Amino acid sequence: MKWKKIKEHIIYSLLRLSGLFIVCALAILLLYIISGGIGKISWEFLTSFPTNGMMSGGIFPMIIGTLSLMVLTMVIALPIGIFSAIYLVEYAKPGRFTDAIRLAVHNLAGVPSIVYGLLGLGFFVVFLGFGLSLISAAFTLAIMVLPIVIASAQEALRAVPQNMREGALALGSTKWETTRHHVLPYALPGMLTGSILALSRAAGETAPIIMTGAAFYITHLSSSIFDEFMALPYSIYTLATQSSNVEATRPTVFGAILVLLLIVLCMNLVAIIARNYYRKKYRW
Amino acid sequence: MKLKIFNLPKYDYKRIRHIKDKTIKKVLLAFGLTAVVFIILILAFLLIEGLPFFFKGDGIDFFTGDIWDPSSPNVPRYGILPMVLGTFLVTLGAIAIAVPVGIGCSIYLAEIAHPKIRETLKPLIEILAGIPSVVYGFFALVILSAWIDDFFHSTTRLNALTGSIMLAVMMLPIIISLSEDAIRSVPREMKEASLALGLSKWDTIRGVVLPAALSGITAAVILGVARAIGETMTVLMATGNAPVISFDMLTSMRTMTATIAIEMGEVPFGSIHYHALFAVGIVLFAITFVINFIAGRVMKRFREKY
Repeated sequence: MKWKKIKEHIIYSLLRLSGLFIVCALAILLLYIISGGIGKISWEFLTSFPTNGMMSGGIFPMIIGTLSLMVLTMVIALPIGIFSAIYLVEYAKPGRFTDAIRLAVHNLAGVPSIVYGLLGLGFFVVFLGFGLSLISAAFTLAIMVLPIVIASAQEALRAVPQNMREGALALGSTKWETTRHHVLPYALPGMLTGSILALSRAAGETAPIIMTGAAFYITHLSSSIFDEFMALPYSIYTLATQSSNVEATRPTVFGAILVLLLIVLCMNLVAIIARNYYRKKYRW
Repeated sequence: MKLKIFNLPKYDYKRIRHIKDKTIKKVLLAFGLTAVVFIILILAFLLIEGLPFFFKGDGIDFFTGDIWDPSSPNVPRYGILPMVLGTFLVTLGAIAIAVPVGIGCSIYLAEIAHPKIRETLKPLIEILAGIPSVVYGFFALVILSAWIDDFFHSTTRLNALTGSIMLAVMMLPIIISLSEDAIRSVPREMKEASLALGLSKWDTIRGVVLPAALSGITAAVILGVARAIGETMTVLMATGNAPVISFDMLTSMRTMTATIAIEMGEVPFGSIHYHALFAVGIVLFAITFVINFIAGRVMKRFREKY
């Protein structure tokens, strides 16, 4: 009996240790990135162009590139994703046809990001002739984050209780009127918070934009969506691995990573808090 | 406003609403189909750009050759085996670390942890999931590789082990959140029955909860593996990218994803090398597709059970 107690104690400690592992991994990662990059962050670093082969100067064009990529991606992905989800939750009848669509969404979520890059290169850059450009990269990323947008929109729609729909239908509303006025208003906050997660994924993704339009160095801001652009994740990758003087560019890389992390983690945080808020607010 | 409506012939008003409703339904159906269209597009363009390699190049050497040397001036070789092995070994290493830690952590979160600890740990795990892969890659490249080198005196500074450890950290959030869901969806009555029969808490977890949640946990692990195989930036920056056949985890290796990312920027459009990279993409897509399909099946079975 005593031996059994000791054994259980050991097992529980091991389980606790695995929980601790997560905390430690996150803490170490953040600690190194923050301590490496914090000294570099200044107003000038954020708002000036890189100089001297990116060994000095700022990261302004990368920030603008990443932000415009995010906006463009969401402009494309949000309507497609939300309308797909409305179809799947409100309109689709159970059966083979709907199963096929769900299977497609499920598989789309599992496609490696580099394969999306190949699609972007083959379809948007070459076939449609968009060239290496912001718009090619945005379309590619939009397809990539689509499953996330669809999944969160579906969850939000399903959370609206069935009797709201039945009430509206019983009063003679058509299906669309019911959806538009009695389901969407309550589902929209949930849809948008889920989309913030998709947005942060798009901001940090590197592999697809390598092939669809990110540039190592441009002296000016891109003026059109058909231009190549600079983006934070791609610059981090190239500066860390292919710079002629890796040591000299390191502070810039640390600074760029910290900015990228701040953008991504802030959005994640907002999404998590907003989601918890709305889950509590609409308890039917 | 009301008068206006009633002035319309009743029949027409109804019909207009009806037509509008039908039209919107069709438009929504079109949007619903986009996911299917995109999957077909991916497949189509992989095949359009990848299949020419098998007509122009050596298809047999692609699958059986052990040398990847596309830039050789004399005889360029396109053997995919070194990269398949690289992907396989790096993923295996990541599984060896992430599966015990991940399942342990999910048991801890679902069954043992104080609710307050769980409420703090879960957002942390979500944050870990949100960190971009290029950040993990940079950490592996600059900091983790130095530690590994100090500790194991590795053959090359960047090696498969560094990639495995970093990938394991990236897999953990998926494995933990999905298997925690699986463990928590085991019906309460089963646990209570076991406890009522006098089994201790750990015996209940081991003998009742875990077997019941097994298929859900399996699906979680499989999905984590699919993510690891498809991950690009982390392994690209961490493993050193030497396309050689080696079973030593402390030497440099190259994965399929890294090959595409490194070489796609430098190949002339339409060359054999360009098509070969899409052929690697086909193999990668096929592998992850099958793994995801299996995971979907296992998950579905688990959901139907409870």
